[in-house]
Amino acid sequence: MENQINRQEYNITVYTENQIGLLNRIAIIFTRRKINIDSLNTSPSEIESIHRFNIVITESEDVVRKLCRQIEKQVEVLKVYYHTNEDVIWQELALYKVSTDVIAEKVSVERLLRENGARVVTLRKDYTVFETTGHREETDNLISILQPYGLIEFVRSARVAIIKDSEGFNAKIREFERLEPGEEVIENEYLNKGEKVFTM
Amino acid sequence: MEVAQETLTAPEQKAAIELTGSQALLDALIIEGVDTIFGYPGGAIMPIYDALYDYSDKLNHILVRHEQGGIHAGQGYARTSGKVGVVFATSGPGATNLVTGLADAQIDSTPLVCITGQVFAHLLGTDAFQETDVINITTPVTKWNYQVTDANEIPEAIAKAFYIARTGRPGPVLIDITKNAQIQKFEYKGYTPCDHIRSYRPKPIVRPQYIKEAAELINSAKKPFIIWGQGVILGSAEQEFKAFVEKSGIPAAWTILGAGAIPTGHPLNVGMLGMHGNYGPNVLTNECDVLIAIGMRFDDRVTGRLDKYAKQAKVVHLDIDPAEIDKNVKSTVPVWGDCKETLPMLTALVNHNDHTEWVKLFNEYTQKEYDAVIHTELNPTSPQMTMGEVIKQLNVLTNGDAVIVTDVGQHQMVACRYATLNKTRSNITSGGLGTMGFALPAAIGAKFGAQERDVIAIIGDGGFQMTLQELGTIMQTGVDVKIIILNNKFLGMVRQWQELFNSKRYSFVDIQSPDFVAVAAAYGIAGKMIDDRKDLPSALKQMMENKGSFLLEVMVTKENNVFPMVPQGCSVAEIRLK
Repeated sequence: MENQINRQEYNITVYTENQIGLLNRIAIIFTRRKINIDSLNTSPSEIESIHRFNIVITESEDVVRKLCRQIEKQVEVLKVYYHTNEDVIWQELALYKVSTDVIAEKVSVERLLRENGARVVTLRKDYTVFETTGHREETDNLISILQPYGLIEFVRSARVAIIKDSEGFNAKIREFERLEPGEEVIENEYLNKGEKVFTM
Repeated sequence: MEVAQETLTAPEQKAAIELTGSQALLDALIIEGVDTIFGYPGGAIMPIYDALYDYSDKLNHILVRHEQGGIHAGQGYARTSGKVGVVFATSGPGATNLVTGLADAQIDSTPLVCITGQVFAHLLGTDAFQETDVINITTPVTKWNYQVTDANEIPEAIAKAFYIARTGRPGPVLIDITKNAQIQKFEYKGYTPCDHIRSYRPKPIVRPQYIKEAAELINSAKKPFIIWGQGVILGSAEQEFKAFVEKSGIPAAWTILGAGAIPTGHPLNVGMLGMHGNYGPNVLTNECDVLIAIGMRFDDRVTGRLDKYAKQAKVVHLDIDPAEIDKNVKSTVPVWGDCKETLPMLTALVNHNDHTEWVKLFNEYTQKEYDAVIHTELNPTSPQMTMGEVIKQLNVLTNGDAVIVTDVGQHQMVACRYATLNKTRSNITSGGLGTMGFALPAAIGAKFGAQERDVIAIIGDGGFQMTLQELGTIMQTGVDVKIIILNNKFLGMVRQWQELFNSKRYSFVDIQSPDFVAVAAAYGIAGKMIDDRKDLPSALKQMMENKGSFLLEVMVTKENNVFPMVPQGCSVAEIRLK
């Protein structure tokens, strides 16, 4: 149970080719070991054709290091880094749907929302959607505040994280892409043409 | 078709010609140097088989009896030839039948390229006939896989497949090709083998600093010990390895997949590691001061209880796969790289030494093991034969030059322990996955991969029944494979565990067998059954001298145990001699 004591949140940053199936290849490295992925975000990176995964798990450093080596071993993975929360700037985005009547009636709600940095995204007769970004505790906090006023719906995004000390490898990867541009993904272009294709 | 054929294998095509995806695939295989394909046709791979009809002079397609047999044959071929094994299967059940072999090849680092047919691209995800999500099923058991839906992708996908399969730490690759892509005609601009993928680094960069540190550690060691694995063979570094061992004078022991990299009789080859390995190598792992691991991955069958494994030793770990360094055993000096490159660098820096006293200690343990276990196993006085004496007799006939293919279980451990191996790529077995049913098809492939060598499959009565349909492949191809069934009328290894750890509660290990010789005869394969010791030498001789395949069934003692043994959960130093 030694590992239990040292477990903490780690932010794993993975730079990859944009390939179909790679998400699964990376995900099964965790699921095979019965490790839960707390949060997973994929997006294009700052570099054209290179994708970036942000994965958050709660584990000991030893386990995280081994996982990162297994991820980096995958053919289409360029580079993997792991960092503690102290080493990254991170944010999660949350949306809250609340009845517009309630907000109109209770001035305190509007004040609470403003205090928590929420912005209005959509304002309709029947409901209003607010948005906040921040750490987990902050977005969680607003849920408990809105709950008594009839929170209709809530959703939170995966975590996105920027590494504080990332200048060096960023330059390297940019250079990489400049020298060897990535390939375009070929998706199945036949699916919409089913009835026009002769088969047996 | 004729026009296409004539211009097919020109290395660099200037003007594009029109080919189907299937033709482009086969052209790619020829340029990659493929001569043998193990496969089984079916609906979704029919266009490829149709194209193959015109290529049968260049590509020898072996029709197997089951796709699992096909992939194990591909593995056997890859292991003896050092080339990439190629396997064809159709979609759905054809592809799922490959999964055991893929998992086996993945864990044992065997280079394979498997081509599976797939339903038309527009039918993907519609539960079409014989449609299976092969890419996702095989993702955990392949080094890389890719689905081709357009013929234009075929040359590049195949080039990447071969490059990935054979470079770095080798492994199986699967390319799933939809039927439309196989049929589709496209402008074929020739085939360029792949030598680079930007996101893939097959070999880590060698760091001279670590080589230096490793050499210093080795030079200062009083009781250094080398343990090597298949990495030496996969890297074709047998000579480099031998030079290192001989210059440093360090005793060296092997994992079962590393067996044969240096000959059995080499004075510094002190034997086998692991659960049923030799006494000295196991006990002295926990007494050495520097442990030098080369191209091996500290499997649990080698290490026994990890928290009591070589804790006193400083560890130098040479491996091509960075993920293996510090995975199970923490290294003092990690030597990342291909051992073909790192070993000569290390050899240059280590001192000439002979470690006489230390090597003597290994020999003393060998003597103890001989007295307690080996002598009775090889020279039994019991009325029934032992597995060990069969291997001993076989050694007399092979002189250690044959390829020994084993299945999984007691006979595997006995064969690995006692077979004389004088050449590399001689011990073909399912190490990591422990796949029963591996040996018969793997032996067929092994023979195709090393036609000039004798190939002997040693199989238990249980494992043989898992893939015996491949006798049909032997019948049809006329391939010369010698088969020895060591029949103890039990699933012996499980029975041994039940005897030792489950108070002899023999739960479903009492397996009945058909008349194996009659089964072989039904396939037109000569055979013989013996149950008397006096017939053993002549029967083995008859088998070896027989023109063509031969099945020899040897009835061996029913309740023999393989010793020494490191019981599960015990340290290697707690190895039992009885």
